[in-house]
Amino acid sequence: MCTLEKRGDLFLLTLTGDGEHRFHPDTIATILSLLEQAKSQSTRGSILITTANGKFFSNGFDLAWAQTAGSITGAANRLHQMVESLKPVVAALLDLPMPTIAALNGHAAAAGLMLALSHDYVFMRKDRGVLYMSEVDIGLSMPDYFSALVRAKIGTSAARRELLLSGKKIRGEEAVGLGIVDSAAYDSEEGVVQASVRLGEKLAAKKWSGEVYASIRKSLYPELCGILGLEARVFATPKL
Amino acid sequence: MCSLEKRGRLFILKLTGDGEHRLNPTLLDSLRSTINQIRSDQSSSQSVLITTSDGKFFSNGYDLALAETNPSLSVLMDSKLRSLVADLISLPMPTIAAVTGHASAAGCILAMSHDYVLMRRDRGFLYMSELDIELIVPAWFMAVIRMKIGSPAARRDVILTAAKVTADVGVKMGIIDSAHDSAAETVEAAVKLGEEIIQRGGDGHVYGKRRETLLREVLVHTIGEDESGLSVVRNTGSKL
Repeated sequence: MCTLEKRGDLFLLTLTGDGEHRFHPDTIATILSLLEQAKSQSTRGSILITTANGKFFSNGFDLAWAQTAGSITGAANRLHQMVESLKPVVAALLDLPMPTIAALNGHAAAAGLMLALSHDYVFMRKDRGVLYMSEVDIGLSMPDYFSALVRAKIGTSAARRELLLSGKKIRGEEAVGLGIVDSAAYDSEEGVVQASVRLGEKLAAKKWSGEVYASIRKSLYPELCGILGLEARVFATPKL
Repeated sequence: MCSLEKRGRLFILKLTGDGEHRLNPTLLDSLRSTINQIRSDQSSSQSVLITTSDGKFFSNGYDLALAETNPSLSVLMDSKLRSLVADLISLPMPTIAAVTGHASAAGCILAMSHDYVLMRRDRGFLYMSELDIELIVPAWFMAVIRMKIGSPAARRDVILTAAKVTADVGVKMGIIDSAHDSAAETVEAAVKLGEEIIQRGGDGHVYGKRRETLLREVLVHTIGEDESGLSVVRNTGSKL
């Protein structure tokens, strides 16, 4: 369901297989454990690229699994469980001692989009794939850390409105215009991954201290870090 | 260290000499006392402050070499710069930074603590260097960044890639108000802008109060966590 590959400086995290890569508690646990692995193997110049195979980056939480609980309360509990279990994944990405890039091969919806936005850079395709916050269409309310993530990463009220309130399926070009993704110039899955690798290599060449990088990254998002229970302080001596 | 010139109703504060204008305790004290001098000038409620510098640097940040000899000096320099920035935020007149050289880290924060930032395009850059020299970015620096740079992507580029931002790029990112062809033209443009602002009229004390409200988040960090400190009269409008 999910693999971590090391290619030189690059850690490549892939949601494998042709499905919707829905976040079931097991998927979430696997992602978390692979992120911990990347963290433990990180050095100066490490980079994380997260991508997926097929038509979807991720279509969000496994709502079907929630529904098989057999009762409304059961379903609500399962959904709550998934919402809570994704929080440490977002925290792990914010805390990761290396630059992170989400290479969107396809659709990113709801929690899947939140996973993407938890990365420092987001690339998507021009020709395929949409961003979609489906909550407003299926009547689900948004967890606090989702809204904090949107507020942290998306600057204009128009963009936040389009993403959160309109129920729109946002394609690449519009996503760039709204400032939701960094670039959507790619016409294929390979194209978006290659662009991520190129950016990754450029950043890797700086050989930044991962600890300092993570600390500075967290200080960019104090509200979100507060909600996730992440401390920003690390003490470092300057390189003169 | 620094000089003060009065040109009509304009105050021109200059960081003098060909050095890096490192913000050591002596320079910071000199700047604060000059700002106080400006504040107590008779005409201050209908004036404008322009801050500029001689040579290749606007300011290359804190005196890190000094801090290495005595770590308590880091705390002292940080504390003095906070006070200086608080003074600038409460100053009863509009402020313009005419950036005619490199502005790094604390030097960049000093430039951005002005209401308008004009910069030369032929040389020099803004550079939040912390990631490159392995220093943490203090939370109050982040507050200035959040208040002065609107786009999350631009903030990320400045802080998390330690980008060397030249004037034209700065204009596009929304950090700089305008770019000019040389140091002399930058200062000239600042003077022209200053004179236009004075022409519009208005009471500097009201302006200063409104700026304090607008930049409250920075003042909370610079003056202190105690909210009641914000009602401490820094900008009375009275010279009694």
